Amino acid sequence: MSSDTLIDASWLDYLLVAIYFGFVLGIGVMARRSVSDSIDFFLSGRSLPAWVTGLAFISANLGAVEIMGMSANGAEIGLPTVHYFWVGAVPAMLFLGVVMMPFYYGSKVRSVPEFMFRRFGTGAHLVNAISFAVAQLLIAGINLALLAGIVHALLGWPIWIALVVAGAVVLSYITLGGLSAAIYNEVLQFFVIVASLLPLTLIGLHRVGGWDGLTDKVDAAAANAPADAAVAPGSQQLESWPGQALSGFDSPLLSVIGIVFGLGFVLSFGYWTTNFVEVQRAMASDSISAARKTPIIGAFPKMFVPFIVIVPGMVSAVLVQEMIDLKSGGSPEGGASGEGVAYNDALLLLMRDVLPNGLLGLAIAGLLAAFMAGMAANISAFNTVFSYDLWQRYIRKDHSDDYYLRIGRLATVGATVIAIFTAQIALGYDNIMNYLQTLFGFFNAPLFATFILGMFWKRMTPTAGWVGLVFGTLSAIAVDRLAAAGVIDLPGQGAAFLAASTAFVVDIVLSVIVSLVTKPKPASELRGLVYSETPREDLVDPDEAAMPWWRRTIPLASIALAMVIVLNFAF
Amino acid sequence: MSDTTDTNATTATPHKAGLFDVRNIIGALMAVYGVILTLAGLLGEHEPEKTGGVNANLWTGLALLVVGAFFIGWARLRPIVVPSDFDRPDDDPTRPAPQRKRPPAH
Repeated sequence: MSSDTLIDASWLDYLLVAIYFGFVLGIGVMARRSVSDSIDFFLSGRSLPAWVTGLAFISANLGAVEIMGMSANGAEIGLPTVHYFWVGAVPAMLFLGVVMMPFYYGSKVRSVPEFMFRRFGTGAHLVNAISFAVAQLLIAGINLALLAGIVHALLGWPIWIALVVAGAVVLSYITLGGLSAAIYNEVLQFFVIVASLLPLTLIGLHRVGGWDGLTDKVDAAAANAPADAAVAPGSQQLESWPGQALSGFDSPLLSVIGIVFGLGFVLSFGYWTTNFVEVQRAMASDSISAARKTPIIGAFPKMFVPFIVIVPGMVSAVLVQEMIDLKSGGSPEGGASGEGVAYNDALLLLMRDVLPNGLLGLAIAGLLAAFMAGMAANISAFNTVFSYDLWQRYIRKDHSDDYYLRIGRLATVGATVIAIFTAQIALGYDNIMNYLQTLFGFFNAPLFATFILGMFWKRMTPTAGWVGLVFGTLSAIAVDRLAAAGVIDLPGQGAAFLAASTAFVVDIVLSVIVSLVTKPKPASELRGLVYSETPREDLVDPDEAAMPWWRRTIPLASIALAMVIVLNFAF
Repeated sequence: MSDTTDTNATTATPHKAGLFDVRNIIGALMAVYGVILTLAGLLGEHEPEKTGGVNANLWTGLALLVVGAFFIGWARLRPIVVPSDFDRPDDDPTRPAPQRKRPPAH
């Protein structure tokens, strides 16, 4: 092995990676082989117990960005990163299960552009479809940048060659039918990721002397860091609240408000309740009761994911020499981008230092799987929206199915090429989570505002639908640019939280004002789209009352809520 | 999700999901990894300087074998039965495509 690669992989590691891809491609081939088999295939996916849909629900989200981003965050700011899970995910998942899911299930809306079209008509649909397509391209760029980072780390190729090769690999993965078995691959991926991150965490903790050793080292590193490195004090890195290191606010009170409203409410409710890639997992289940329980069951593993992604990041920051240098203000050479070590490299560097060949291969397989699946999901979501919501509805109507399939294939290739360029933007960020939260602020926060207002307020008009979306997004971009220009000074993810909150407020205020002066849709067209116009019997499952308490929605959600509150106090 | 599904297969008789049961697939992958890592732990280099003295490959391999056996055993004991008929999701009239109106293949 040449010495200029970041990770020294042996044939054993490559064998484990090859086995994983053999499985994934094998599933794709089996699914295509014969009609009856593929029916079995999808049905066994549907009649699976709720724990599997629950796992698939969070695996769709436990992708590359989360693993690398959360460990980078853990390395940089420590324990406050848990807010992404305990404030920024679990409450929204419970809300989705308890309040929103019966409504989705009853109204049979299957995508966000579809809801926009039926609720608000063409204007909001067009705006939403375009912004969704752009967002998918930018997020695909993040996944591709991370994938190329691994290729670079393994093989030592220049980053742009790695980007092109990684793009080509994803393209063939999509064409070879890897997506037709999405739910299988996601569940499989979850187990491979846990099987590699759990040993990584345990060995890492063992190396630094257990949890106490870790806290001592974090404290010592923070105390010894030079002032200009701007490292958060040890106490802030080891306590989740008030989380100034995460929000960037000096005042503890403002920090708590920023986290609860910006991250906990706008960003996370916006993400979880309008993200149909995940919601669809739940809607494939056989009853309202099962659909409601899916995100709630998913919330239980989700609570414990931070221990295997954030803790390794923290360990990496006190164990790996390059990360120690980086955190005390240095700029060490190397790293996955080839342009110096970044916090994004925390997990890869820890793997290099503590995993023996064998386990290393398992970890690489898990990461590659997560990146490819993530990017493939972005690309195919883009493909669907581009071909059907944009091209067919607005550009070329009434062509044959074959025609749109061809457009879809061209869109897939085009999107992959564009992602190679959007990956350059992602590579410019030292901590990928900052970039991702910024994007969510642009796209998800106004969407959530329009969605929730349109769902609960029947007076909201079609004009208000698109005006709110456009100006919400523009205001978030304005806040981001002001922050970039230094007018607003918030380190960490504070600027992203502020942009998201601004977008939300601007969207709501404008939507209300515009609604009051324009003409609403007649109530007869709002059935199934607005809460007050939807019959109650569509929203409840008559069989659920007969089930034992541990299979009912509300008791399960209460337990999850109680557990997450305990976790918030414990750390 | 797939372009290979076809309407005439909805009349298939009830049977077990078998190989397509996701628990069998998880179990098989975990078991294969378990065997390889256990062997690597027993026969390969130990690299204690990386792991702090623990034979990580061996322990992970054994744990994966247990997980794999658990999933395969569970799938054996409680097989999933594929129902003979099921509701296909409706085509959405407000959404231009894809529509399921291909002629039957056979």
